[in-house]
Amino acid sequence: MLIALPLFAGNYALSVVTLILYFAYTGQAWNVMMGFAGQLSLGHSLYVGVGAYAAGGLFFHYGIGPWAGLPLAILLCVALGLVIGFLAFRFGISGVYFALLTIAFAEFTRIGFDHLDWLGGPGGMFLKVAQRDVWDVLNFRGPPLMYYYAMLGLCCFAFLLCFCLLKSKAGYYWQAIRENEEAAQALGINTFRWKMLAVAISSAMTAVSGVFFAFYYNNLFPEQIFHISRSIEIILGPIIGGVGTLFGPILGAAVLTLLSDGITDGLAALGWEIPGIKQVFYGVVLLAVVMFLPNGIWPFIAKKLKL
Amino acid sequence: MSLLAVNNISKSFRGLKAVSDASFEITEGSINALIGPNGAGKTTIFNMVAGVFPPDSGSISFQGKPIHGLRPDQICAAGIGRTFQIVKPFAGLSVLDNVMVGGFLRERSAQAARKVALEILDKLQLGAKRDLPASSLTLPDRKRLEVARALATRPRLLLLDEVMAGLRPTECDQMVEVFRELNRRDGLTILLIEHVMRAVMALAQHIGVLHHGEVIARGTPQEIVRNPQVLECYLGEETEL
Repeated sequence: MLIALPLFAGNYALSVVTLILYFAYTGQAWNVMMGFAGQLSLGHSLYVGVGAYAAGGLFFHYGIGPWAGLPLAILLCVALGLVIGFLAFRFGISGVYFALLTIAFAEFTRIGFDHLDWLGGPGGMFLKVAQRDVWDVLNFRGPPLMYYYAMLGLCCFAFLLCFCLLKSKAGYYWQAIRENEEAAQALGINTFRWKMLAVAISSAMTAVSGVFFAFYYNNLFPEQIFHISRSIEIILGPIIGGVGTLFGPILGAAVLTLLSDGITDGLAALGWEIPGIKQVFYGVVLLAVVMFLPNGIWPFIAKKLKL
Repeated sequence: MSLLAVNNISKSFRGLKAVSDASFEITEGSINALIGPNGAGKTTIFNMVAGVFPPDSGSISFQGKPIHGLRPDQICAAGIGRTFQIVKPFAGLSVLDNVMVGGFLRERSAQAARKVALEILDKLQLGAKRDLPASSLTLPDRKRLEVARALATRPRLLLLDEVMAGLRPTECDQMVEVFRELNRRDGLTILLIEHVMRAVMALAQHIGVLHHGEVIARGTPQEIVRNPQVLECYLGEETEL
């Protein structure tokens, strides 16, 4: 159904669904770390940003397309993730303190990029806007349809990957670490190594989001891409949908994006133009979900459907 | 040759001597108990054997190789399984998944780990509850789950930290029977810390008594219950067994 969607959906609908898929994919990536292994990251904008600037920078300066930029982006993000993981897990930093560490790294990097004139600094970096009617797959430039299919493919890949991970030794070990690290260790699990693996996979997946972001939006500002509100945006989907579940991130991304756009449209139709009213609506809905469905929407639905 | 040899280990916490100069050996295929009043240092010895923290001095060797200073996961991989006095189930996972986590230590595939887990669950009479979340289990079942999880790692030595506490006498007897069976059929060596003397007397072939961090007596159950020092500090003169 999603493959055929572009046949009957307009450009606006397509962009909305692309956005949903983007958040579903990135949420899935974050979910590997928090939902599966129980390591709370509040700094995933770091990997989006570094991934975006790595591939974007290569294209901007040398005209090298994202197929070469992608491995570089993944490599850089995994390296960064492993540094954070090493610092935290070697020195026993866990829970909220780990979360603070992830925020700190994202913030350092944001400030660092503000002073990095080679990549545009605070004024931003702009990729040459693509010709919208030609499918230039090699340079990942083309019509919205191309980005839609790319994101759809990524989402399917992420879902399958997470499904396999969850059913494998890694999934069992991560969940054991999430539920009780001491007991996990007593069952022969090298918790350091398995947590590092979760961070590596999560950051690698998120790096791909970054590359997509760079080539889809064509402009990158440190103040935007590394901002903590971006990290929050990433994690809201899985939290609303259901942390640690496979369908949670997808469902959460759909609900939040449609809600956000729905509120905008609804308010416009009513002719209300009160500054900030959208955020208030958004906040109220989030609050309601967290209050009435503390485990997220998906576990609730799964229970109703007796899955 | 002894399976586990503990030589003159000591441990202090902020100047308080929890264990001082304790030594004992465990022979392959035997069932051993460590008893003593609260605060005698039993769990501290356990934690040193299981790798939670290293001893300040002394050595511990398993199958002839030193293991003191190794991490808990390395010690488990070496062949020592343990349970926790305060049970630590993976509450969000099903009973079967809990035990499968242990099974993955020696098995690569989920299928093989599941097979190991199912066998062990049956042995511990948890088979019917395998799909329930661990959080829904009663305390006796949680204790059984602790044992099942540890067994799934296929240990040669099993450390049991007060698994009988809180069980009713009939449940206690059932548990005793399970351990006897494991010992007799699979040749599993067992070291238990226990306050429930009913279980200790029914199970243990060798008993060590700890008092103020020191091993004050070692012997067969018959020798221990007649030892005047043990009677005075732990069992009490009125104890009938």
